[in-house]
Amino acid sequence: MEEISALMQGFSVILTPMNIGLMFVGIILGVLIGVLPGLGGANGVAILLPLTFTMSPTSAIIMLSCIYWGALFGGAITSILFNIPGEPWSVATTFDGYPMAQQGNAGAALTTAFTSSFVGALLAVIMITFLAPLVAKFALKFGSPEFFAVYLLTFCSFVGMGKGSPFKILASMALGFALASVGMDTVTGQLRLTFGQSELMRGFDFLIAVIGLFGIGEILLSMEEGLKFSGKTAKIDPKVVLQTWKQLPQYWVTSLRSSLIGIWMGITPGGATPASFMAYGLAKKMSKRGSKFGTGQMEGVVAPETAAHAAGTSALLPMLALGIPGSPTAAVLLGGLLIWGLQPGPLLFVEQKDFVWGLIASMYLGNIVGLIVVLSTVPLFASILRIPFSIIAPVIIVICAIGAYTVHNAMLDIWFMLGFGVVGYLFKKLDFPLAPLVLALVLGDKAEDSFRQAMLVSQGDVMIMFSNPLVGGITTLALVLLFWPLISKALALVKPKKHDEFAVERPVD
Amino acid sequence: MEHDEISDGAPRRGVATNLVEAVVALVLVVIGLVVIYESQRLGSGWTSDGPGAGYFPFYIGVIITISGAGILYQALLGKDKKTEVFVDSVQLKRVLSVLLPASVYVLAISLLGLYVASAIYIALFMVFLGKYSWVKSVIAALAVNTVFFFMFEVWFKVPLFKGALDPLRFLGY
Repeated sequence: MEEISALMQGFSVILTPMNIGLMFVGIILGVLIGVLPGLGGANGVAILLPLTFTMSPTSAIIMLSCIYWGALFGGAITSILFNIPGEPWSVATTFDGYPMAQQGNAGAALTTAFTSSFVGALLAVIMITFLAPLVAKFALKFGSPEFFAVYLLTFCSFVGMGKGSPFKILASMALGFALASVGMDTVTGQLRLTFGQSELMRGFDFLIAVIGLFGIGEILLSMEEGLKFSGKTAKIDPKVVLQTWKQLPQYWVTSLRSSLIGIWMGITPGGATPASFMAYGLAKKMSKRGSKFGTGQMEGVVAPETAAHAAGTSALLPMLALGIPGSPTAAVLLGGLLIWGLQPGPLLFVEQKDFVWGLIASMYLGNIVGLIVVLSTVPLFASILRIPFSIIAPVIIVICAIGAYTVHNAMLDIWFMLGFGVVGYLFKKLDFPLAPLVLALVLGDKAEDSFRQAMLVSQGDVMIMFSNPLVGGITTLALVLLFWPLISKALALVKPKKHDEFAVERPVD
Repeated sequence: MEHDEISDGAPRRGVATNLVEAVVALVLVVIGLVVIYESQRLGSGWTSDGPGAGYFPFYIGVIITISGAGILYQALLGKDKKTEVFVDSVQLKRVLSVLLPASVYVLAISLLGLYVASAIYIALFMVFLGKYSWVKSVIAALAVNTVFFFMFEVWFKVPLFKGALDPLRFLGY
């Protein structure tokens, strides 16, 4: 009950016209940042940080965190309308969101994405409000083996849950890891796989790969059919929103499961990207409509969006409670806190009560404001679909080039982007899954670092992955997911075959 | 190795999908071997201060090589290899009509900078591929680039590449 009175105190701090106004500005800027490929949440917050120096810390953090919510919302827009994920965590949203838009349900897909984002964030904020002290203690137990186990779980769930040739999934994932290891080795400082090219020293940024693979690749693929735009015109009105809302409650199990995955990954901190992939993978496995995933299922949009927002929101918890940022954007926000003379950590809850509870209250309000802003601007985004493809195509290629350039201000990256575009086109036509490649490219460095640290601790003994119940549990779960296709076949052999109604509905893939 | 198939009343001619797949698989095997070679050169074993720089990439290289070989086998000798046409000449022409100008565009960026190259690219794309009038195309190209200019340079303070000639220097950005 103590939390509730503190939260009410927080609401009284933030409910000023100035702060509400800042929320709207922050959300709109955030959505813009999320929509533009190459300008991620972390970049956006960093660029706009100087704007807030003149404000009080509470107002500043409200605006910056609203930019963060906006960026989380905005990532879904380009994913659904153009198949270009503006942020890495919206890659999984493209799997079903884009097919939905192509079938003429862009409005429903966007409403689903925004509402799921809102639900995920809301559950995460409720968790932050009540479980903050407990969860912070748990996160303290995480060492390098636990971190690697979490990454392993993410990758294994992808191999085990994927359909199609396992060789192709593995090749795609390993290629991502190989690309991630290009550049300076973070542990020894040696240059790896650069072949003497100084330009390769900084490695391949996942954004360059994502922009090329998805953006350019999709344009090339659409061009095969000529200059007809692949997206259908979308009818957007309040009716679509209400109809979608009526349908959404039936996916409450998926929502809840994805929120829990997201909250857990946000705290641990696995981050929003693996959370969205994992939630999508699990939803595909557990849903009655799992076999239809990838063809434009509403549930396939609900899962990654809920998880990404839950993770993005709960990533702020370890930042506030421990001073350990759970995501790159949380890290930039942490930098902001330090600039304003606030020391994040357990003492922050005691010394800066107004600030902490003001921020938590702003998370509730910011998400409501965010939902209102994005839903009311849906017609604007959907109208983009009505512009002819021969105008949109070159503009998308230009946006991709700008996005690729702004990541590192490097000309060579634009060439890489074009190269990735050709790879994306070939891979899509040959049924190579692109998601494992991107996932490995995003998490490759972190996974490798925690693996090497774990190996250092154990002097090369792999059994460290089973050294305590926590890490052992996660690792076992990862292995079960990896070998799930074999396990489910073995189970089917042991069990006598039953011809019930579920057999038709749940084909084993 | 041509394969004919009737679609839309006309025969489709082109390379079979499984052959393209085999070539991609071969490239993967080569990449895998290069990664293995490079990791061994860096030290793929246990060094005095823990796992070497090539420790992790070595196993990645092994996975790429094995899966590449697996895909190669499936593409050439597998039971359900795809023998339909990968891309026909009409489709290839369309894809190249975007890919080649895009390459020229990227080349132009390094000379003219992002703004000028983008404006020219959008206008030419609309005129030649979209069959729009010159006036409409030029207006659209200028409008899009003006929006980008304000958004990136003025609003977000992200300087974009102006190129060797820097024709926008007079604006002070």
